[in-house]
Amino acid sequence: MTERPFGITLEVGSSLANKTGSWRVERPVYVDRLPPCNDACPAGENVQGWLYQAEEGAYEAAWRTLVEDNPMPAIMGRVCYRPCETACNRAKLDEALGINAVERFLGDEAMAAGWELPAPATHPHPRRVLVVGAGPAGLAAAYHLRRLGHHPTLVDASEHPGGMMRYGIPRYRLPREILDFEVDRLLALGIDLECNHRVDDLAAAMADGGFDATVLAIGAQVGRRTYIPAGDSAKILDAVSLLHSMEGEEPPRLGRRVIVYGGGDTAMDAARTAKRLGATEALVLYRRTPERMPAHPSEVEEALEEGVQMRWLSTITAVQDGKLVVEHMELDDSAFPRPTGAFEEVPADALVLALGQDCDLSLLSSLPDVKVAEGLVDVGGDLMTGHPGLFATGDAVSDERTVTTAIGHGKLAARAAATWLEGRQWQHPPRHQLADFEHLNPWYYADAPKTLRPRLELARRISTFDEVEGGLDETHALFEARRCLSCGNCFECDNCFGVCPDNAVLKLGPGRRYRFDYDFCKGCGICVNECPCGAIVMEPEVG
Amino acid sequence: MLRQIEGSRAVADTVVACRPEVVCAYPITPQTHIVEAVGAAVKSGALAPCRFINVESEFAAMSVAIGASATGARAYTATASQGLLFMIEAVYNASGLGLPIVMTLANRAIGSPINIWNDHSDAMAVRDSGWVQLFAETNQEAADLHVQAFRLAEELSAPVMVSMDGFLLTHAVEQVDVPIQAEVDAFLPPYEPRQVLDPADPASIGAMVGPDAFEEVRYLVHLRQLQALDRIERIAERFAETFGRRSGGLITRYRSEDASVVVVALGSIVGTLKDVVDALRERGERVGVIGVTTFRPFPHAAIAEATGNAERVVVIEKALSPGVGGILSTDVAYAIADAKRRVATVVAGLGGRAITERSLLALLDDALAGRLEPLEFLDLDRGVAEHQLARLADVRRSGAIPENILRDIGVTGFAPHLGVPR
Amino acid sequence: MIPAEPVKFYQVGSFAAGNRLLPAELRTVQADASRANSLTSGHRACQGCGEALGARYVLDAAMRATDGALIAVNATGCLEVFTTPYPETSWRIPWMHSLFGNAPAVATGVAAALEARGRSDVRVVAQAGDGGTVDIGFGTLSGMFERDDDVLFVCYDNQAYMNTGVQRSGATPPAARTATTEAVGPEPGNPFGQGKNMPALAMAHGLGYVATATVAELHDLEVKVVRAMEYRGARYLHVLVPCPLGWASEPADTIRVARLAKESGLFPVFEAERGEVTRVSSIRHRVPVENYLALQGRYRHLFGADGTVARPDIVGRIQALADANIARYRLLEGAEP
Repeated sequence: MTERPFGITLEVGSSLANKTGSWRVERPVYVDRLPPCNDACPAGENVQGWLYQAEEGAYEAAWRTLVEDNPMPAIMGRVCYRPCETACNRAKLDEALGINAVERFLGDEAMAAGWELPAPATHPHPRRVLVVGAGPAGLAAAYHLRRLGHHPTLVDASEHPGGMMRYGIPRYRLPREILDFEVDRLLALGIDLECNHRVDDLAAAMADGGFDATVLAIGAQVGRRTYIPAGDSAKILDAVSLLHSMEGEEPPRLGRRVIVYGGGDTAMDAARTAKRLGATEALVLYRRTPERMPAHPSEVEEALEEGVQMRWLSTITAVQDGKLVVEHMELDDSAFPRPTGAFEEVPADALVLALGQDCDLSLLSSLPDVKVAEGLVDVGGDLMTGHPGLFATGDAVSDERTVTTAIGHGKLAARAAATWLEGRQWQHPPRHQLADFEHLNPWYYADAPKTLRPRLELARRISTFDEVEGGLDETHALFEARRCLSCGNCFECDNCFGVCPDNAVLKLGPGRRYRFDYDFCKGCGICVNECPCGAIVMEPEVG
Repeated sequence: MLRQIEGSRAVADTVVACRPEVVCAYPITPQTHIVEAVGAAVKSGALAPCRFINVESEFAAMSVAIGASATGARAYTATASQGLLFMIEAVYNASGLGLPIVMTLANRAIGSPINIWNDHSDAMAVRDSGWVQLFAETNQEAADLHVQAFRLAEELSAPVMVSMDGFLLTHAVEQVDVPIQAEVDAFLPPYEPRQVLDPADPASIGAMVGPDAFEEVRYLVHLRQLQALDRIERIAERFAETFGRRSGGLITRYRSEDASVVVVALGSIVGTLKDVVDALRERGERVGVIGVTTFRPFPHAAIAEATGNAERVVVIEKALSPGVGGILSTDVAYAIADAKRRVATVVAGLGGRAITERSLLALLDDALAGRLEPLEFLDLDRGVAEHQLARLADVRRSGAIPENILRDIGVTGFAPHLGVPR
Repeated sequence: MIPAEPVKFYQVGSFAAGNRLLPAELRTVQADASRANSLTSGHRACQGCGEALGARYVLDAAMRATDGALIAVNATGCLEVFTTPYPETSWRIPWMHSLFGNAPAVATGVAAALEARGRSDVRVVAQAGDGGTVDIGFGTLSGMFERDDDVLFVCYDNQAYMNTGVQRSGATPPAARTATTEAVGPEPGNPFGQGKNMPALAMAHGLGYVATATVAELHDLEVKVVRAMEYRGARYLHVLVPCPLGWASEPADTIRVARLAKESGLFPVFEAERGEVTRVSSIRHRVPVENYLALQGRYRHLFGADGTVARPDIVGRIQALADANIARYRLLEGAEP
């Protein structure tokens, strides 16, 4: 090329010498916000994180992210009450994401493929930790302690591990081969388990075993009773015992008409179990309104589908001669139920009380520095009791008595105990700001309805203990995963890279996200507005 | 090849021989015959490869040429008068961008009043546009200048306008030795653009230049024009070597070496002036003629040298700068820059009025006798003008001047629809 | 079991620029780290300039469609001024600016030269703002259209003369405040009943391809550029590019405003071939026009201090225009794009 005319003809791209970043008064910054699913997950699962991997079909990677927090995805994928889905921002667009279904898919894939849990770390000074109770909290605590390189010893009073997962959740919700598989896989990491080992004196057990720390994870195994005047012939039992007995040799005999008293998930389990045991009539009585029932709506729905009847605003005042005396209630001005004086007799062959459970904390009597209040062990933010090195977790410290909560609590207790063993006090890491719906730009998400999980047809459901809910096949699991909005976390949609009028966003390649080129970014903020998931914020320019 | 041919056709055939690759045309009298003939050559395949584009205006014509030239194509168009003014924004732009476009200007008056006949008002309107402006004295020179124009434009990377008098040359049929293809090919190398829009070597052409560099850019345009003075002479010499005849150059001199009165003029009137000079010489008068072939850049040194022995310089020009008088004469006076010699300006032939030998003889007699005013209007009917002035003095709103004058000279009867003048 | 079917749904579908889940061929040019960046950083457009964005979208797509064999001609205007102030240019492709009103003709010349020189593989895009298109450039544009010269003409429509300080153009919408249609008097802003429907005028020339688009829908825009480059002859693409300066909108809202222009029905997005509308981009989530107007200071006189509509008469007339578009182009029909 000959020399170009001066002034009027310019060499291409020469404006890169003009650093327009100096115009800026605010700068965009990439952030990670806490997605509501993660925020709501009692097990602290990085839901968005593993969905992100599942979206790509990287199921093993997704599963590995999942088991960072929860070693039992196949169980969780069946029994969790899905607070993540309740919190899911997608519900404001169309329907909440079927997170739980994808979790189950991953859990089942892992079982089928034989993926191994991550190998425990090698700790320079491994310690011995006693974990009392092999329910979800104890198993989780043991898992996380083992992963950190410590040597937990699990002891449990029952014949088999699993706690309420085995003795409280009916098989039709959690097939036992799933439970056994995930527990066995966990134990195989090198966790000692002693079943049929009831600890009556914790101080002695701790001292005898020479443990460096102890995690108390005994669950709430004692069914709560209420006083109901009853004749001798009345068959009254509690739901915990009923469900526990389902694991024995002989199924219990309840008769044709079974009344369940209570409104929680256990009440639903008891009623549905009664149906399966041959009851022609299973009636749930609850003293308040349906809106106040603590049972998960999906449990209520499934129970109703199976023919369980429900009667609200009803209390049982007496049991006699195969009949219950039921008093109708009404709501007072503060929406509290109060007696009306109107009574009714309801025929019943058995009454199952599902009024809640308590922990048997008698083993703590030898530890005066451990305080107990209203049936719960008093612990600090690090779950440590008044007794140094003794941590309490799960049902023993929480009214939120679900498997998921227990698993999260177990993890917390393990981390706190391990930190204490290092001579420090555990502190919860700072949480990111919540990625609520207002941070999203929902325009970018295509409309897509939730994929329904296949269900066992009704006739088979009410006659057998076969699992009611099926899993998603891969296509649908993938579809479901891809419905994730990735709230508050960059999912590399390239939108910021695309919408910048100043080409001031650098694309760093798969998995590496983006970087702002502050030499040229003028701070217009389009990237912030157009980020679908709210992962960019504007910050004042300093200096 | 010697042919008895219309001037427009001679120019068209010459342009075709110069192998332009893009030709754009918009009709305006008196240049239409040129582009019609070029268009026919493209349509027939005689000129190929070439795209002939019928545009919707002269503004588009010059703009198409700009785009084509910037893309490395030899580009040509032709226009006249109003057409030139309509494209004037693009005319300036073409030179600013340094694009070697060649354009024929079939000189014609500018309205209002609208007038299709010849004068040089159009060329004068773009004298500061940065184009090289060449004036043809004859149709032979008109043809030859186009061959030189393409070479000059492309060597300089600047546009060149070849002026030829409308009708007087464009429509005159006379003998022309039309340059043949082999000679043109020998003289005119293929176009090697200085800058070109090319995906393989991209550049941004047509930047905005602010106060920090604008003066320098314009100064460089000026220098480019000054360089052209040299090149024009050399190209004319080279042309003479190739074609065996002299055409172009900065100026032509006719019996001016010893002349006491030298007449300076542009275009075809120079030929008439030569006859007048011959007649006066026969009477023993020392008169001569200088034809300005290169009007822009202005050949100050050549004019100064050529008029060095003259006592008087008379500039005859077919243009008027109202309120000033002459335009060419301003340049000539500046070139001479000699307070002792007066430069007289004679405005002549506006709007196609014939410049007769008789009038010129009388004019030069006056010049020789020292009777010329600094500004003269040749063959001006002062009676008509004075009548209008008187009417203006009487009535504040006296009607349209052209209409009144037409009535004064007795032609209003041809336009009864104009109504009764107030 | 629910029968298996191919997964067609991708998180952000085809609305965001990219999406790692999409196969490469379905991602936009703008999502490509090796996109041409025909218009690169360091230009002097205002913060949030829609035209800078639109020009890069269009030209990068055209660059990919032509495998880099592209020449751009630019009319005078913001896009020219903010990209090429001596001594720096932001263009990385062969680019030329001549005058305000002649970009179509210059592009004709470029195309003609390419054809004459046997380089028809190189394609030509001419671009101008709305003033350079519907007003001062209209004559040359109409000529270029009528001759069917091989040029894609792109109008970046920001609905007024922004470069000179926001004066009204023949593309300024009714009621909009500009420096020459001030928001004063009983009929504030630009009068109703004026302005050119440029896409319709282009269609009336019988062009092979005419399309409208906005900077809010990148996939749609890029598809249209690619489709335009499949044609030979004159083509017209009309891109709505919000101007934070002239519209008095937040720079961060540029894409949002463009989106609402389409979703309200005020700016119909469609394609036409040989003078007939052949495809329409349906409204996804219809909004009343005041949602669009309220984001823009040029319509501030239609709202009260509390943000509620203070001139329901005028807003109603604007809504009627949107409704007419919706009916005329059937913007509420058709599948999710």
